[in-house]
Amino acid sequence: MSDAAAPLRDVPGPSALGGSRRRALELLYLIAVTEFKRHYFGTALGYLWSIARPLMLFGVLLGVFTQVFRLGSEVPHYEVLLLFNIVLFGFFQEATGAAVTSLVAQEGVVRKTQFPRLVVPLSVVLTSLFNLGLNLVVVVVFLLAFGVDPVWTWLLFPFVLAVLIAFTTAVSMIVSALYPRFRDMAIIWSVLATVLFYASPVLYPIDKVPETLRDVFMLNPLAPLLELARKWVIDPTAPGPAAAAGGWPQLLPAIAIFAATCVLAVWLFRREAPRVAEEL
Amino acid sequence: MEEVIAPTAAVPSSARDDRGPVVIEVRGLDKSFRVPDRRIDSLKERATHPLTRVAYREHHALRGVSFDVRRGEFFAIVGRNGSGKSSLLKVLASIYRADAGTVRTAGRMAPFIELGVGFNPEMTARENAVLNGVLMGLTLREARRGLDAVLDFAELQDFVDLKLKNYSSGMLVRFAFAVMVQADADIMLIDEVLAVGDAAFAQKCMDVFRERRLAGKTIVLVTHDMTTVQTMCDRAMLIHDGELRFIGEPEDAALHYYRVNFAGRDSGPAPADGEKVVDVNARVVHAQLRDAAGGATEALAEGQPIVLDVVLEAARALERPAFIFHVRNADGQAVFEFTRTLGERVGAGRRVRLPGTVENRLVPGSYALDLYVREDREGGGMTVQGLRLLTFSVQGPPRPYGVVSVDAAVEPELERDA
Repeated sequence: MSDAAAPLRDVPGPSALGGSRRRALELLYLIAVTEFKRHYFGTALGYLWSIARPLMLFGVLLGVFTQVFRLGSEVPHYEVLLLFNIVLFGFFQEATGAAVTSLVAQEGVVRKTQFPRLVVPLSVVLTSLFNLGLNLVVVVVFLLAFGVDPVWTWLLFPFVLAVLIAFTTAVSMIVSALYPRFRDMAIIWSVLATVLFYASPVLYPIDKVPETLRDVFMLNPLAPLLELARKWVIDPTAPGPAAAAGGWPQLLPAIAIFAATCVLAVWLFRREAPRVAEEL
Repeated sequence: MEEVIAPTAAVPSSARDDRGPVVIEVRGLDKSFRVPDRRIDSLKERATHPLTRVAYREHHALRGVSFDVRRGEFFAIVGRNGSGKSSLLKVLASIYRADAGTVRTAGRMAPFIELGVGFNPEMTARENAVLNGVLMGLTLREARRGLDAVLDFAELQDFVDLKLKNYSSGMLVRFAFAVMVQADADIMLIDEVLAVGDAAFAQKCMDVFRERRLAGKTIVLVTHDMTTVQTMCDRAMLIHDGELRFIGEPEDAALHYYRVNFAGRDSGPAPADGEKVVDVNARVVHAQLRDAAGGATEALAEGQPIVLDVVLEAARALERPAFIFHVRNADGQAVFEFTRTLGERVGAGRRVRLPGTVENRLVPGSYALDLYVREDREGGGMTVQGLRLLTFSVQGPPRPYGVVSVDAAVEPELERDA
């Protein structure tokens, strides 16, 4: 009782991002770590699954594309490229897939407590980022094992990673904000994500796509991103996104789509956040 | 105007101080929900009825509600189901956004809503306790350090690594309450915690409320239980149809609550067998203590007998009503109780006098005399009504220990060597 009276402060209601920064970060960390642990809790292999899952997919696809379709022999370091792409795209797919239902999955927390709502989709991205970190270690091992020479452009990879995280976060915000009011989102997104998997240069490099279709393929922001990663990390002789698209201006639509996605994400999430507890 | 309720002198509690600073300030609060008459949730419905505009019904949950709560108050919000009281609590807790009006609060707030805190059933008790500690404003370090205290309070030490979905509902409520208590917030917002759980748990909650109130914390309790309101709370507010109908003394709030509940309606919910129902059984016509000369008094000397002069009026016909007296001290603890039964029927409007003398072993301090009027129904079940009759003090030198003084024929003797 002895402490001085705390000042009256406005209670503005819930928002996307508001209140103490420290608290938001602690919550983000707690939810992400708990989800990460929970995912592998009680499994025999534990965290090894984080690595085993992409490796198994990699094994199957490698068999198909080197033994059946013979695509592998025409692309330098196809094996490592395939694994690298699977790991990068896997991060996008895992995070956005889990983000769709994230606000509903955290219903108990969202309906009964006050905290910046953005923490929920961000925590999903962070959990997937833990997985990505583990997987990138495996990728490095493969890179060296398959005789890819380290080059200075490896140092540029964090740029690719940053853009990938930004795009993944933006899409996660959009799908998670839409789902509580529009439950079809879960199904729509699972289909869209599969379409994106085949439409992005994951299984094949972009220069294998016919010229006539390449403009359409390059609208997808993930396409130039994966091409950039390929050129910088695995194959310095690869054309890179600009050359593959036919010049820098051809990349502008993808950049515009990326920017629009980010703007839409912020606008939509800010609009939905105050009332999301009422929609669950 | 007819006096329907006991003289309500201020409850003798250090916490009852109208000078305390305002910690919750609500002005002109409005909140509506858009309730779709036919919810269109999916594309198919949208596709098969492309031209139907979704018809929304406006549910006005709160209309222009304004009130203040001061520091150290035990404040009750009462009202029927759907009256808007839970929505109000959620706006206070910053879970819902108000459409109009302002809410300002001072200090850290811990909400306890829909019988729980922000639990995730897929996470273990340990993870949930830490997460909710942080949600209620503790730092990560404080939340981890407080874990043992939470588990001790909830008596769940053996289940710390069990996922919450495997907890029984009783365990969940205990755990949630413990988490909220550990957060040690300045303001506790509590929605119906006492409706569930066993008697021992309810007692534990009450003890916490008392202790926190003495520590200058503010408690806002949403409840249906008028006995709790009348025996525990400093002030109460009645919400009906989203409007503030009454704010003031708990006894008066309870009466207003009974009016909106039972008046005009077909006698309210019928009590099931074995169920305890709170009802208006009687009204206090007159309640006083007498001194030796027969005059009214509010202060007794230590040991001076408590001479009762109480008259009740039956609000409805009562079959062999029982009168349960509780004497509570300033901590709200019942020091002693006694029950007297009237062995006959009391018609509606008839008066019952409860005169008599009660031995006074109370140590000096402030006391309240509460009365529960109970009627046992045929075939099980009962109705009960709690009333605060009066408050009084016992004068004398303060005692550091104990709640009663007794005659003790004990004399020390020096034991002699044989």
